[in-house]
Amino acid sequence: MSTTVILFSILAIAAIATGVSVIINKNPVASAMSLILHFFALAGLYLTLNAQFLAAIQILVYAGAIMVLVVFVVMLLNLGKESALTERFNPRTGIAVSMGVLLIAQLAIAFFGQPTGYNQLSDKAALNGTAESIGTVLFTEYLFPFEAISLLLLVAIVGSILLAKKQQKESV
Amino acid sequence: MLQTIPLEFYLILSAIMFMLGVIGVIVRRNAIVIFMSIEMMLNAVNLTLVSFSQFMGDSAGQIFVFFVMAVAAAEAAVGLAIVLALFRKKQTVYVDEVNVLKW
Repeated sequence: MSTTVILFSILAIAAIATGVSVIINKNPVASAMSLILHFFALAGLYLTLNAQFLAAIQILVYAGAIMVLVVFVVMLLNLGKESALTERFNPRTGIAVSMGVLLIAQLAIAFFGQPTGYNQLSDKAALNGTAESIGTVLFTEYLFPFEAISLLLLVAIVGSILLAKKQQKESV
Repeated sequence: MLQTIPLEFYLILSAIMFMLGVIGVIVRRNAIVIFMSIEMMLNAVNLTLVSFSQFMGDSAGQIFVFFVMAVAAAEAAVGLAIVLALFRKKQTVYVDEVNVLKW
């Protein structure tokens, strides 16, 4: 087995294990910590795909900024009594899991039954993953979406401040 | 060649991660954990986009991932603000105890 296969296997197993850990942990802080590990595993998977820039952004934005926000809210709400609370395992749980397994099986049959034929990374993959290449495309071909997304972020900041600030009177 | 993992494995891994996210949204009651499951689903789709982009040699997929991350950041800010406002109003983050829009 080559290094890439071993690396992919480790990262894939880590990503799935931490993903399962996110949804079965009773404690939201433990879920958040698992999710951070999940994001790191994904950044490693991006590296196996030669997408260095996105791996760096994944760690900076997801594992850094977004998860700090989530952990901050979890701590702020002080949900310490979560372990005493019983998550209800009704038929809904069984249906959700079985439908999920069914869909995965179906997709596996679809993908492996008729291979896509893409067994190697493209020759341009190493070049396309760099910050230079992405920056060039982002600031020429995708300049308008880039500006639009900055406006979206501004609106999101204003909206979240408006939502989270103390209400003056009882009208929500 | 350095790369020997076929595209199918990335797609299946991404599908498994997406399903974990869906199961989390359906099963859990804590709004913050549901929120984290949504992030997991977004990441699963990101993995698909990056792998298609790198296997086909077109950088557009990676640009989309960049935009998805920006939207996810905006969604995180607004979603958590909603959770905070909800907790302040109803003293709970469990979604089955919140039914003000149900009649």
